[in-house]
Amino acid sequence: MRMTGAKIIVETLIEQGIDTIFGYPGGAVLNIYDELYKAGERISHYLTCHEQAAAHAADAYARVSGKPGVVIATSGPGATNLVTGIANAYLDSSPIIAITGNVARALIGKDSFQEVDIYGVTMPITKHNYIVKDVSKLADTIREAIKIATSGRPGPVLIDVPKDIQLAEFDYVPQAACSPESRNSGNISDEAIEEAVELIKGSKRPFIYAGGGVIMSVASNELLEFAELIDAPIGLSMMGLSAIPGSHPRNLGMTGMHGKYAASKAMSESDLIVAVGTRFSDRATGSKQEFSKGKKFIHIDIDPAEIGKNIPAYVSVIGNVKDVLTKLNANLTASERPEWRAEVESLKSSPENNPELPNGKLTPKAVIEEVRKHMTDDGVVATDVGQHQMWVSLYYNFTSPRTLVTSGGLGAMGFGMGAAVGSCIGRGKRKTVLFTGDGSFHMNLNELATAVSNNLPLVIVVMNNGVLGMVRQWQTLFFEKRYSSTTLNRKTDFVKLAEAFGATGYRISSKNELSSVMEKAFKTDGPVLIDAIIDRDEKVLPMIPPGGTINDIILEA
Amino acid sequence: MDTKFLLSILVKNEAGVLTRVSSLFSRRGFNIDSLSVGETESGKISRITISAKGDDYVKEQIVKQLRKLHDVITVELMDLDSTVIRELLLVKVASKKGELSDIMHAMNIFRASVVDLSPASVTLELTGQSSKIDAFIEFLKPYGIIELCRTGITAIGRGDYILKNVKEND
Repeated sequence: MRMTGAKIIVETLIEQGIDTIFGYPGGAVLNIYDELYKAGERISHYLTCHEQAAAHAADAYARVSGKPGVVIATSGPGATNLVTGIANAYLDSSPIIAITGNVARALIGKDSFQEVDIYGVTMPITKHNYIVKDVSKLADTIREAIKIATSGRPGPVLIDVPKDIQLAEFDYVPQAACSPESRNSGNISDEAIEEAVELIKGSKRPFIYAGGGVIMSVASNELLEFAELIDAPIGLSMMGLSAIPGSHPRNLGMTGMHGKYAASKAMSESDLIVAVGTRFSDRATGSKQEFSKGKKFIHIDIDPAEIGKNIPAYVSVIGNVKDVLTKLNANLTASERPEWRAEVESLKSSPENNPELPNGKLTPKAVIEEVRKHMTDDGVVATDVGQHQMWVSLYYNFTSPRTLVTSGGLGAMGFGMGAAVGSCIGRGKRKTVLFTGDGSFHMNLNELATAVSNNLPLVIVVMNNGVLGMVRQWQTLFFEKRYSSTTLNRKTDFVKLAEAFGATGYRISSKNELSSVMEKAFKTDGPVLIDAIIDRDEKVLPMIPPGGTINDIILEA
Repeated sequence: MDTKFLLSILVKNEAGVLTRVSSLFSRRGFNIDSLSVGETESGKISRITISAKGDDYVKEQIVKQLRKLHDVITVELMDLDSTVIRELLLVKVASKKGELSDIMHAMNIFRASVVDLSPASVTLELTGQSSKIDAFIEFLKPYGIIELCRTGITAIGRGDYILKNVKEND
């Protein structure tokens, strides 16, 4: 059927199973928005207050639903506002399709109004990107973009569409929705599996280090089976949180800079680390030399370029994590390591791993645990970036995969509100929690309006300490308490702010208000904000200083 | 230890592909010594030859990262012993009276050729391995090099080694 480029875009998205998009209209995407209008209920569009939040929302939508997230923005500022969101999706391997309008081809390169070379700008932060200069290629470009974004290691893809291409006409021929190209599981090297089995056999103290790849490939059961077979504990990267239940006996929790003591300690005491779907970020390893001393590594990942990038691997198995673990499990015979298990158990129950926190005080841990009581195991929690994010990682007992949405690789403050909106929509508008800090929240609090417009059941918990807590913590520990630009001295009344946006606001200033206010908040319809006042000197502990080792761990402030 | 290495890359002949490849080097902190690019026997495919320096880690990473690019078809580290490596030099030298015959003499030894002649200068063309070109430039320096340009390395495997037929393994 003959139709305009703008209509081809919308029809191809629908054809590919996209029913939800996020975005913000503007001059260079007017025609696409006109087609969205005409498409009516066949596709839902969510309008944010700022394109950055739309990109984060698409990213979060993808993470909670496992489907690609789509975001649309206009040329120039609309497109550049997506950049943080695209970079975030790139570093956390999230499949999003960003569609930007651009000025007509005849105006490109003339510094026209709202013209930016977004194709050039996003080249280093996308898995692939396009500028479409021929309407006959538009539909196939969108199909290919979705395939690239969702295949192998997922990631963002941007499609820049000049305005005249949106107006040009071409025959649209519908096609079946393409499924992600999966790596052929038959390609997993038998030799590598054999070598891995041998290394595991020879290991007295194996440690499994699991990341986001386990969640993406839906390999939680295979991972747990693997842990049982080789009698090893599991530590998680932050992106790996929620892959296995927090309370599972094999799960030591998060490792790394702000990881649990037992997880980091067991990792350092191990003689073999089996890394599964994770990339050894510097935040996870600290000093790479010290980290890898006296250890062997088996690295399982779908991306060959991750092997040996940060830590040299003895044995690497490339493939979809689920397929690799299935094959590995089939080749392993169960072995017991009672001494190592006992050692790990004693680390788990050690006082260092179970620090006593002041009772009676409104601590971040108390707030998080109270929220947890009101959430089902499959309820989604989004976070912003900073201390609250680490506290959530440490104390929120994640149980079900895809329930934590956080900015891992990029560490983008301001991620939270857009992410919470996208998470909530991606889970059929079920109760969703956002943990944020007063620093992060101030970056993109405008999106409260988006939550209100769509009457989203969001519970926004602002851990309000009046400071940029994570930076302050570094200043306290490493800069002799010179609190440069981290004492906020703002006078924002978050309760009134919530009300001004049309949401409900509550404040919790002391522990004895905690349960009653939380009760009320979770019963409230629509978005509700809780201003939780916490001490400005609360720290995220334990902490392994940057570039440090387990021997440098700070357990008490 | 840093060593010289040579990459031959087949890419889809699409706009922006050269930027993708070269910006990957800068983004990952690797340097390019020389780069040349041109169409192949198929108009849809271009071939890029990159010469760079680095240790085994750099070599391995750059090959793997390049292979992830959607427009990249094949990336191979070339075996320097079984590859024909060539570069083209164009150099304009001042030709003072009496010196021209010296230059012509050297030209014969290096198998360079004259491509332009003017009362004040002579322009020479030389093809060969980079080391030969370096040596020729060294020889010419005392005569006064007015301007110089080199194409960067291009390379092709000997005999049966055909880039588009190479099977990559991760």
